[in-house]
Formats: sequence, structure tokens, C-alpha cells
Amino acid sequence: MIVNHPTIGEAHRLLLKRELSSTELTRAILERINQVEPKVHALVTITDELALKQAREADRLLASGETSPLTGIPVAVKDNICTRGTRTTCSSRMLENFVPPYDATVAEKLNAAGAVIIGKANMDEFAMGSSTEHSAFFPTRNPWDLSRVPGGSSGGPATAVASGEAIYALGSDTGGSIRQPAGFCSVVGLKPTYGRVSRYGLVAFASSLDQIGPLTQDVTDCAMVLNAIAGYDSRDSTSVPYPVPDYTQSLKTDLSGLRVGVPGDYFVKGMQSEVETAIQTAINKLEELGAEVDREVSLPHTPYALAAYYIIAPSEASANLARYDGVKYGFSSQDAGSMFEAMEKTRQFGFGDEVKRRIMLGTYALSAGYYDAYYLKAQKVRTLIRQEFDRAFEKFDALITPTSPTVPFKIGEKIDDPLQMYLSDVCTLPVNIAGLPAISIPAGFAEGLPIGMQIISKPFAEETILKIAYAYEQATEWHKRRPQI
Amino acid sequence: MKLSRQEVLHIALLTHLGLSEDEVDRLSEQLSNILENFEILQQLDTSNIPPTAQAIALQNVVRDDEVAPSLPQQQVLSNAPRRDGEYFRVKAVLE
Repeated sequence: MIVNHPTIGEAHRLLLKRELSSTELTRAILERINQVEPKVHALVTITDELALKQAREADRLLASGETSPLTGIPVAVKDNICTRGTRTTCSSRMLENFVPPYDATVAEKLNAAGAVIIGKANMDEFAMGSSTEHSAFFPTRNPWDLSRVPGGSSGGPATAVASGEAIYALGSDTGGSIRQPAGFCSVVGLKPTYGRVSRYGLVAFASSLDQIGPLTQDVTDCAMVLNAIAGYDSRDSTSVPYPVPDYTQSLKTDLSGLRVGVPGDYFVKGMQSEVETAIQTAINKLEELGAEVDREVSLPHTPYALAAYYIIAPSEASANLARYDGVKYGFSSQDAGSMFEAMEKTRQFGFGDEVKRRIMLGTYALSAGYYDAYYLKAQKVRTLIRQEFDRAFEKFDALITPTSPTVPFKIGEKIDDPLQMYLSDVCTLPVNIAGLPAISIPAGFAEGLPIGMQIISKPFAEETILKIAYAYEQATEWHKRRPQI
Repeated sequence: MKLSRQEVLHIALLTHLGLSEDEVDRLSEQLSNILENFEILQQLDTSNIPPTAQAIALQNVVRDDEVAPSLPQQQVLSNAPRRDGEYFRVKAVLE
């Protein structure tokens, strides 16, 4: 390849100048996958034949001049986004052999843009987890240190992008599942506003929180992918009919006049000191770039978000996952017995520990006698958290926090302690509770391990987020570092 | 909030998860521990706070009821674990 590990922008320019064909680029990516996949295990399915076919089609489009910025560029898609004719497993035994008869809207959009899908990326089963260790197939390894987790649940997409197995990826984020792995792998990960990107064809986890978004090597690429996937879709009744701006127009390096708040409540007890130092240094940089920074912002309901989230998300999950009964699709126990026995055996074998835990937790929170104390209470706390953000965004254009309280942890370190695992999302999940957009961008390293900075803004203010992210990125070098694997 | 084994068994029945004895024991302990941590929510007075079901302001989304193509039957049935001609095959509900 002419450039090693190109961004979408770089690859697009080379493709337009005919210095590189999509077929060459795709072959180079497949070669890279051959090299590093045995070490990182980021992909559940490698779609090499499909990718080369799409690359030839992209080369025809490029020759005819009908191109978009994503034409001919290899992408990895999280394995909970339906791809017609390519199995979509959710990294679960339940869907191990499920081949969707239709495309998710975002997959349709990628295909329409002439994208090249190189594979389906690993994840925590049904997107429940923060380390990708809950994949029913294999854990993904962090490309910066193979003994550590890449974060989750989009650990496969983040690792694929960081290790050069894909130029970019699509993930999903219910409580931090794009941003936390983006932070752990030192790539850019955006969770758009609830309603900004259609979830049609995204396997449902917690429907009031789920959102699809890009994982990319830099902020410019993030804006380009968001351009391609955002917009109203009549097949997702929560998608919002607002016009989609050209997000690349918001990439400016002067932050004068922008009001930025730093909520102390996010610098939680137990936060790693190197993470806090890195984020404070990054905030100083934003100030140098012209932002007005207030370091005394108080969001006192933040400590309640974790409990509210881990009641609401499992409750919705327990309802959504009731559909896996072994009748219409998915794994089905064929052992003799009654209908209910067959259903129990199907779900016993088909679901892993974390999924069962959350179904149990959610069912309990919704059950007679406990509904008011847990589910309804959590929904009311959700209102308080939203109102608190609303008030903050009357004064500030954006809020800055760490993406995660620690750098990537060791594989196995938290797997037996669900609460410790849940705490890994403590900085990201309030954003989903309030339906807000937020990004994680590379903001430093502690002993070679990545640190992510989170930028949060009000609903549909993705442009503000991208502007701040771009200005910071252009003033720093973190995004240029690549893991040596 | 300490969950009794009886309560866990009741929830397990509702979920059709077919939990083993070991799983019931483990979940009794883990869920009790998680729920104990969630007691923190009781510190907040929410008596006059309306619940939020979802975060955006859309309400009552409707569309015209128009005839449009849907998936062909063969594709809908393509992932069926057991089928019988044009139908999903299920075990008898009533014995």
C-alpha cells in the first residue's frame, strides 16, 4: 500500500487520484487482518469474498466518477447490525447461525455509498458488557497491550480500527459501548443524539438508550461517516426528521467564544490519577485554543446515574430478549419435552452469564411489587438527570469529562465482579440516560495505555462536539500514534 | 436488599432461562449485591417528578397505512429452526 494505515480522507484522495484502487486497498486490509487477527481477535466473521466483490464494484464507481467519501473504503461493522446474507451473531450462541434476510438502514446506507464491508466485529454478547470478554466466542484483546481488554461492548470495532484491520467501523452505544472502547483503543468514537441515526436493523438491547455511531482514526473521518449514516428513517419511529448538516463544515480550529464546563462530579473516587492529570492537561489546551472554561460545574445527580441505568437498561433488555424462544430464528433446542421445556433449554444454552444476569435483574425490577421501587423510581431519576443536563446546557456549549475512570484493565480482572465492571461506564452512561450526543477522542497515554476524553453537548449539537474535538486533535499528536503489533 | 432463594426461583420461572442450581445460587448473591448498591436511589425525593420513558420530545409518531412490499415468505422462514411448508413449526401448547 502507498500509505500505511490511511484514514478515510487519505484513502479517498488516493482513490480519486487513481494512485490506489479499492481492490488494492481491500487486499492490503485483508493481508493485515491475516497478520494481526490471530493476536487481537476483533472479528467474528471475515467477509473477504464479499469485500473483494464490493471493491471491484467500487472501482467501477470510481472510474465512472460517481463517488462518495466512503466509496471503496473498507469498514468493519459491529455484529449486532444486520447485514443481508452475512450472519449477524451479536457474539451470542443464540444467533450464531442467524443470517438476516434484510439490511439495517445504516448497512443500506454504507452499500449505497459504495463501501467495502470487510467483516463483522466482535462484541460483548448482545452488547452487554464493558470489556468484550462476554462474547460467547472469544475475548478481543487490546492492540496496545494484548493482556488487556479493548473495552466494550464495541471492543471488536475499536480494535479493528486501532490495529489497521479496517479503515473505520460502525458500533452501537447503549451506556458507553462506542466511547469507552474508543477511549481504551485510542480511536475516535461518537455516540450521536438519540434519534439522529436510524436503529432499524440494529438488534435491540435497551430501546430507549441504543444508538449507532462511528469509530474512526480521526475526527474528520468521524464527521464523514456521520454524514453518511445520519438522517430520518420511517422504519425507526424514534428517528427524528431534522435536516442533516454537512458535519465536515464544523471542523474549525478556533474555539473563541465557546463555553466549556468541567463537572467535578465526573472525577470520581477511585479514578486513576494519570487519567485525571491527562484530562486536566487537555482542558488547559482547550483554553489555549480560545474556549472559556469553567472548572466548577456541579451535576450532583451524577452518582445516581449508574443505578438508574442498570435498572432501566436490563428492564428493557429483559423485554427485548423475550423474543428468543427458538421458534422464528436463532438457536433452538430440539430435545424432546413440552413447549416450555424446549424454550427453557433454548435460552439456557443460547444465552451467556451476563445476559442471563441482566434478564433476571430487569425481570425483577419490572415484576409485581417491585416495579414502583425500582423501574418507576429509575425513570424518575432519569428525569432529574435530564433536567440537570438541560440546566447545564443553558450556560455551556459543551461539558468535558474523562471517558473512563481508568486505562484498559487486565483480561479477567473484573469478569467475576459485575459491579466493578459496571463502574467502567460511570462517565459515559449518564449521556445515554439523557439522550445526548458525546464523543471520545484520544487525550494521552499512561505507561503506553490510552486515555480518552469525552465531550458532551446538547441534543443535535454534534457540530459543536466535532468542532471542539477537531480543534483539540489538530493541536495534539495523540491520534497519530499507532499500536505496535 | 437481600434476595431470597425463593424470590430468585420465582423470577427465574418468569424468564424461562432454565437456570441450573449453581446459577440460582450465584445469581442470588450477585443480584442481592447489585440491588443493595441501587438502594442509593431511595435517597432522592422523587414524589413530584414525572418519569422519563425516553429522552427525546417525539410523541405519538404515526404514518399513513400504505401498502408496501414486505419480505417474501421464503425469506421470512429462512432462519426458522423448524418449519412445515409455509409455517413455523412449534411444539404443542396444549397437551
